[in-house]
Amino acid sequence: MAEAVDYRYVGTSPVRPDGVDKVTGRAQFGADQNLPNMLHGSVLRSPHAHARIKSVDVSKALAMDGVHAAVSGADFPSVQSGEVGGEGGGDVADIAKNVMARDKALYHGHAVAAVAATSVEIAERALDAIEVEYEPLPPVLDVVEAMAPDATLLDDNCFTKNLPEKPDKPSNIASVMVLARGDLDAGFEQADVVVEGEYRIPMAHQGYIEPHACTATVNEEGKATVWCCTQGHFEFRAMTSKILNWKIGDLKFIASEIGGGFGGKTVVYLEPVAVLLSKHAGRPVKMVMSREEVFRATGPTSGSVCRVKIGAQNDGKITAAKAWLAYEAGAFAGAPVMPGAMSIFAPYEIENFLVEGHDVLVNKPKVAAYRAPGAPQAMHAFEVALDDIARQIGMDPLDLRMVNAADEGTQAPYGPKFPAIGFKACIEAAKKHPNYTKPVPEGAGRGVAAGFWFNIGMQSSAEVRINEDGTVIVMEGNPDIGGSRASMGLMAAETLGVPYEQVKTYIGDTESTGFCNVTGGSRTTFATGLAVVQACEDIIAQCKSRAAATWGMDDDQVEWQDGQAVPAPGVNADVSPLSLADIAASAPKTGGPILGRASLNAQGAGASFSVNFGDLKVDPETGAVEVLSFTGIQDAGKAIHPAFVEGQMQGGAAQGLGWALNEEYIYDADGVMENAGFLDYRVPVASDLPMIDTQIVEVPNPSHPYGVRGVGETPIVAPLAVASNAVRDATGVRINDLPLSPPRILAALSND
Amino acid sequence: MGEFAYVAPRSVADAVGVLQDHANNGRRAQVLAGGTDLLVQLRGLDKAPRTIVDVKKIEETNRLDIGGDEIYIGAAIPSAILNENEELKSLLPGLIESADLIGSTQIQGRASLGGNLCNSSPAADTIPAMIADRGICVIAGSGGEREVPVEDFCTGVGTNVMTGDEFLLGLKFPRPPANTGDAYLRFIPRTEMDIAVAGAGVSVTLDGSGTCTAARVGIGAVAPTPLLVADAAAALVGTTVDDEALAAAGAACSAAASPITDKRGTVEYRRKVVAVLCRRAGAIARDRALAA
Ligand SMILES: Cc1cc2nc3c(=O)[nH]c(=O)nc-3n(C[C@H](O)[C@H](O)[C@H](O)COP(=O)(O)OP(=O)(O)OC[C@H]3O[C@@H](n4cnc5c(N)ncnc54)[C@H](O)[C@@H]3O)c2cc1C
Repeated sequence: MAEAVDYRYVGTSPVRPDGVDKVTGRAQFGADQNLPNMLHGSVLRSPHAHARIKSVDVSKALAMDGVHAAVSGADFPSVQSGEVGGEGGGDVADIAKNVMARDKALYHGHAVAAVAATSVEIAERALDAIEVEYEPLPPVLDVVEAMAPDATLLDDNCFTKNLPEKPDKPSNIASVMVLARGDLDAGFEQADVVVEGEYRIPMAHQGYIEPHACTATVNEEGKATVWCCTQGHFEFRAMTSKILNWKIGDLKFIASEIGGGFGGKTVVYLEPVAVLLSKHAGRPVKMVMSREEVFRATGPTSGSVCRVKIGAQNDGKITAAKAWLAYEAGAFAGAPVMPGAMSIFAPYEIENFLVEGHDVLVNKPKVAAYRAPGAPQAMHAFEVALDDIARQIGMDPLDLRMVNAADEGTQAPYGPKFPAIGFKACIEAAKKHPNYTKPVPEGAGRGVAAGFWFNIGMQSSAEVRINEDGTVIVMEGNPDIGGSRASMGLMAAETLGVPYEQVKTYIGDTESTGFCNVTGGSRTTFATGLAVVQACEDIIAQCKSRAAATWGMDDDQVEWQDGQAVPAPGVNADVSPLSLADIAASAPKTGGPILGRASLNAQGAGASFSVNFGDLKVDPETGAVEVLSFTGIQDAGKAIHPAFVEGQMQGGAAQGLGWALNEEYIYDADGVMENAGFLDYRVPVASDLPMIDTQIVEVPNPSHPYGVRGVGETPIVAPLAVASNAVRDATGVRINDLPLSPPRILAALSND
Repeated sequence: MGEFAYVAPRSVADAVGVLQDHANNGRRAQVLAGGTDLLVQLRGLDKAPRTIVDVKKIEETNRLDIGGDEIYIGAAIPSAILNENEELKSLLPGLIESADLIGSTQIQGRASLGGNLCNSSPAADTIPAMIADRGICVIAGSGGEREVPVEDFCTGVGTNVMTGDEFLLGLKFPRPPANTGDAYLRFIPRTEMDIAVAGAGVSVTLDGSGTCTAARVGIGAVAPTPLLVADAAAALVGTTVDDEALAAAGAACSAAASPITDKRGTVEYRRKVVAVLCRRAGAIARDRALAA
């Protein structure tokens, strides 16, 4: 483990720079952009979960007073298949058809047409005037049934990818994938105990507070400006460009403040529609989704069926592990089953394993990324089965995980060898934690589980500008969701050696700053942070050079210390140090404004492991679950802003517990979601949860100057199995499926 | 939201006049109290134009009278006002408990008992408590005032006995005799901001020896309307409201229930839980009666 380093600013928790404007209502979110002559756009959505669209006629709507544009699938170009980077948005040809249905409506709520009118009311009335002729088809709603050879097909041209031979028949299985190592049969033969189970989890939504919203304006030259709430305006620009077949250069995207995304705002829904409507109308168009639209028509994460079999010896050593995963992709391919398969065994060193994953089309909304996409479902299954192993061999669940824990040098199931990682450190911290050493409260049960997420690097750019008074502007292109402005500012202050208060961080639009991939994959503090640090190093190099010129020295005779240029040790010179402010003040004489920059495709994102445990109490007469305490322990590499890292851990725990206990997409037999609102899609309210206790473990990532790993996604992974395992501990009954809603628990307890 | 007109009559007669005028001319009028149901509904699918008749400005819907024999609660009084009334809380703690469950602090600044009742949701929280407490609805209309017991008020999901020219003035409750206690419990999957999956209100009166001389049990969210369960009350009268009697009362509630399976719970679940709630509320009501 690297030695602890004392930093001045990194590791402190100043208030967030965007906080005042947010709590006073000044901050501009997606729906806050208003322009003169602006129209309101609304979307007509399919009333069928599965139907052929025989015709769409918008002419009556277009003829109405106050309606200025109406579009349907026929108004969009056909789009070439291909990936747009980011966090697994999928094939852009599919995204295009998701944005506006063409020949088929593939889920209840699928966009079929859109209008722009002078008011929301007129727009909504105009939707009623659009004539659509549907030929309803049977909806495919169950992931396992969807895989059957005789299942109704969503897409006649979907031939399962990655099979040894190209299939001759289409299928709802968009792709399969396999990871394997060792000899499975031999592994199971060595086992003293074997646990096997099937675990089902329904679709769940990210539940961000701010619905999707955008405003687009296309001028007479055919150039568009789009304001939107997004996790990545550069990717939104790229997707819109491909979907409309417009040049990148004709599209400018400006990211608003964002009221949550959790992966769900990495893909476009409204933006291409708003641009097209604005082009047709010649006026700006604003589109804002209702909460109901958010639930019905934006990406939740996959519902899943996971089958797991684990063999272990009485000493806890896992001898073999097998998993079969089927994930709902929704209407188009792209379920996060690959990351699910890659993560399921990741915390452990297992010699013999096999995991098969299936990406399956069903008549539900196309899934989008949700915090550690794919990992919670698969790891829930494995961590629950592992809990049963611990019970059968009578071993403490933390000890069992320690016996098998991956460490530096372990070959990850998905290929590479881990560099320094913090999983063992998390287990050790859990073992010593006062919440773990204290007895389980009367009537409650304790659950333990591990979590993991890869984290990603990808492309980032940053510019650092020095004002004439020596204060600092950091410019980068990642929408600030979790407090990244503050983290960028802290890293810049630390690197430059200037007080944090003198640094301001801005999120540029697609034309004022260099390309940055999405705020997603827990990459921003790592990758964009790396770019900011490198841009600051560029500034330092320039400042040293200017000081050297001022002092008549060579560049290498100057060093940068505590925010000042000083002669290098051994250089004999009678000069006073030059601070950043001094150098900025004399900039006109030393070469003009001081501007640093960096751009990179970051490598070496560090995996972040976690151990979570919680005490949950079950009311045996109603099945109600109360979370008495919950503790998250996670390796952050280095917490640049510890309070925000804790916030990520607490927020992830809250979302994971909500998913475990009550959240679920409930469908009727026709494929209509029955609970498309926060009343019946039950995210936890504040009083549902105790204070989530956190402990940050810091095993620095060798690929980042301050050791950052990325922390945003791992926290949602373990709580699902923690809840299942605690309910098992409390009741003596194992419930494999989620959510652990009161009716499900009571039915399990009374065995009916 | 559709187009609508707004009127705020100052007297019962004016309010009845507006309602009658609309009814006679085939125009739609809808009474507004706190609006915490109505405004949400206006944003939903029913966008037909109408006149909103705000009854909050009328003396009779705002009066709160705690008399020697009778308690009168104006139909439009926000639950926040009721929740803060210590005398009311000590007389009818179960009813106030139920009012205090509605929504959140913000919602309670507006939400009224009258609105909760007139919205006539099977899951309305205050209705089983009002039934247990022998509530009587005071209804004003073109024919004058009439009174209807709360348990007879709702006729189906979202429907009730009032005609187009009537509105609810207030609710009357007999002042509870000595050694009487009431309680209301509901089950929701979350701790707040949710709709009852089942609810039960119980009132019991004990004699000097702790034997139950009178009881009332109301249940909610387990049938198209909130119900008075006479069999449950009968199971308590003559007992000390011990575990056995409570179990029998609970079983009577399960038997009286005719729930549905929906996104909030199954038939089996609701039947079981309404019994649990009746037992638990009954025990609280008993302990309150003993302490009273
Ligand atoms: C966030 C939220 C949470 C909620 N939580 C709960 C809860 O936990 N439990 C619960 O039971 N309810 C809950 N509700 C529903 C609602 O708050 C209650 O039903 C409330 O008591 C309604 O009272 P109101 O005064 O706001 O009624 P309004 O909305 O003003 O009226 C409701 C209905 O009754 C009619 N009406 C009102 N007053 C009269 C009258 N005097 N005469 C004739 N008709 C009348 C109206 O026309 C309307 O149809 C919640 C609502 C919201 C928005």
